[in-house]
Amino acid sequence: MSATATEANEELLTLNMGPHHPATHGVLRLLVTLQGEVVRDIKPIVGYVHTGIEKTAEDKSYWKVIPVVERMDYLAYYFNAMSFCGAVETLLEEQVPPRAQYLRVIHMELNRIMSHLVWLGTSALDLGAISMFWYCFRERELILDLFEMSSGQRMHTRYFQVGGVIEDIPQGFARKLREFTKLMPKRADQYGDLLNRNEIVLQRLRGTCPLDAQKLLSFGVTGPLLRAAGNPWDLRKAAPYCSYGDFDFKIPVGTVGDNYDRFAVRLAEIYESVKIIEQALEGLPEGPYITANRKVALPPRHELATSMEALIHHFKLVTEGFRVPPGEIYYPIESPRGELGCFVRSDGSAKPARVHMRDPSFVNLQAFSSMAEGSYIADLIATLAMLDPILGGIDR
Amino acid sequence: MATGGVGVEIKREPVDPQTLRVTQLKASQLLRGAAVQGPTVPAHLEGGDLERHVEERVLTTTLDRAVAWARSNSFFPATFGLACCAIEMMSIVAARVDVARFGFEAFRASPRQADLLILSGRVSIKMAPIVRRIYDQMLEPKWAISMGACCSSMGVFNNYALVPADKFMPIDVHVPGCPPRPEALMHGILKLRSMVQDDPELGWRERYEAVGTEEVLPGA
Amino acid sequence: MPDATGLELIAAELREAEGLGEEAVRDTLFFRERATLEIDPAHIRATLEHLRGKGYTFMASLHGVDYYPQEPRLGVLYELLDMERVDRITVKLRVHSDAPALDSVTPAWPTANHQEREVYDLFGVNFKGHPDLRRILMPEDYEGHPQRRDFPIGGEPVIFTYNEPAR
Repeated sequence: MSATATEANEELLTLNMGPHHPATHGVLRLLVTLQGEVVRDIKPIVGYVHTGIEKTAEDKSYWKVIPVVERMDYLAYYFNAMSFCGAVETLLEEQVPPRAQYLRVIHMELNRIMSHLVWLGTSALDLGAISMFWYCFRERELILDLFEMSSGQRMHTRYFQVGGVIEDIPQGFARKLREFTKLMPKRADQYGDLLNRNEIVLQRLRGTCPLDAQKLLSFGVTGPLLRAAGNPWDLRKAAPYCSYGDFDFKIPVGTVGDNYDRFAVRLAEIYESVKIIEQALEGLPEGPYITANRKVALPPRHELATSMEALIHHFKLVTEGFRVPPGEIYYPIESPRGELGCFVRSDGSAKPARVHMRDPSFVNLQAFSSMAEGSYIADLIATLAMLDPILGGIDR
Repeated sequence: MATGGVGVEIKREPVDPQTLRVTQLKASQLLRGAAVQGPTVPAHLEGGDLERHVEERVLTTTLDRAVAWARSNSFFPATFGLACCAIEMMSIVAARVDVARFGFEAFRASPRQADLLILSGRVSIKMAPIVRRIYDQMLEPKWAISMGACCSSMGVFNNYALVPADKFMPIDVHVPGCPPRPEALMHGILKLRSMVQDDPELGWRERYEAVGTEEVLPGA
Repeated sequence: MPDATGLELIAAELREAEGLGEEAVRDTLFFRERATLEIDPAHIRATLEHLRGKGYTFMASLHGVDYYPQEPRLGVLYELLDMERVDRITVKLRVHSDAPALDSVTPAWPTANHQEREVYDLFGVNFKGHPDLRRILMPEDYEGHPQRRDFPIGGEPVIFTYNEPAR
């Protein structure tokens, strides 16, 4: 504390929020310097859930890295897996069959909707609109049922593999997905109705903590935060990967860049993701769901009984894993929070020499201090909610 | 012999007062869970002392049970989400696996008001002292559930950055899974509830002959 | 991505630019359709400014690699992005582990703040001119740099009742 003048309201108070705090979206510690109730500076301290994922990944063969890396940004597990698999596939110069690409797109967009639903539920909880939590998690259960149908797990499904996906979708998945895509826009309408005409939500979000696009770019911020400030940068449109170019969807963009725009952009993205899923489901091509290259992907089990090569491939893949030619690659994709990039360095062996995930929340957090400067503590909470940080990604 | 209105036969038999007392003592012993043959009542007590002795035992036992029943049906979990398991812990609050059915929906943010710490997620070495402080700030009686593979054992990541929860605090129930399904976590909480309700002597307190934990302040 | 010839042109421009000279660009690499420039660590700030002038205004990532056992061992990679033309380029440099010091680019690229702290924390590279260089992921008083390849992975045996340490 420093007293800069004799008046009491000139004193600066340093307040410690977290790491155990109901509103910090995980174990985030904030050292907030306050003047009265006005925020003057914020220093985020992270590392409270640092798991050494990148170090563990160096110890495992490439396909064993996928479950490890999935647990990084724990609401966007398909995206973590996608960026890693994409990086390894680029190093291997492996083609992913079109059916696998469409299945990947379906699961990634379902994951995007699920991540935005959790964000919406917990943010509304922070703002005080507590009922939203139960409505959002009700839809989330439907999505997790779909994930359980296709892969057997609700979270951290290890569904994406190098070369495609691990299994084809079962019978009934398409029907259930269609029911979901018919239902989700109506539910999103309900959420909009509930929050958009709520005076308290509007007062707390409109006009609070704006930051212009230029400053956001200098901080390296991407994703819905940048789109809320007016810059329509989205890797799915700018540099399409995994057959995103086949789909027709819009990019919601805000105008002012305040908390309300961030909220509106994410809510609108739910509708666009539903459109992508519908188009992917209609146009789902027939074909293999994983690459036919037996040196990279496991052969189907029925072949093991008849073919000697299949048995040998299976044995080599399971014990040692496939070798990747030496090289370094950086593979960026668009996750619900921004640009998620995976840097893989391979030295020719069956284990990666370096795996680094460029996590969007880690970089977006740097803009938090500039966003919340000069606002009240209540606006700080709202801004943190709209920032959507996921500590697993920040700390890795 | 008189007959009741529903066709039940009621027998009245005179009983010797001495025999009655012995029956009373046996019942109280049964309630306490001790064997009927065991000499648990001090032999020198007689008359009024004996009656008071028995009365105390019966009431205490019933009160203990009543308190255990109340405690186990109203856990106040502390909001303590660390990583991915926290999302599944939020799922048990949600509507499908509704924790409010059992009375556990009152998640308290302050550890002073909570009595159940659900450690959901991986405990890193930076976070371990803080988790311990939160646990120490909780008041007795308190319980801890280690949710997920990462805090129970080292989970998927056996490396320099993580600590298993057993190393620095006592855990009552470990729930495996990565992350455990909400139903699995509910099963673990209900197991804790039955442990508290039926046999509070189970668990680490009995094994270590401890009453609680001691807070060791940094620098001490 | 700039194609192979575009990359060579950029490298040639950098070599001719003022204050940089022939030794500034050590190597160019065009691998899997991606361009990498390996430069001399002393010229990192000037190189990044030159590339910013060419349109690469967004720094997507700053991360470290350990090339153990080859020396110079500690590599730092800067991923730059040109949003107008959707172009990416990687700038790579390597420092010796005996004297891992490097100019910080945080004053010109604010996004490098936390990312340089992470490289310092996990690899031990000292960034001169960084406003607040301290550990970000590990505890403040931790010794060692965990992401280096010769740092042991660590880990503990799982505690059961039979191998519980004596109280």
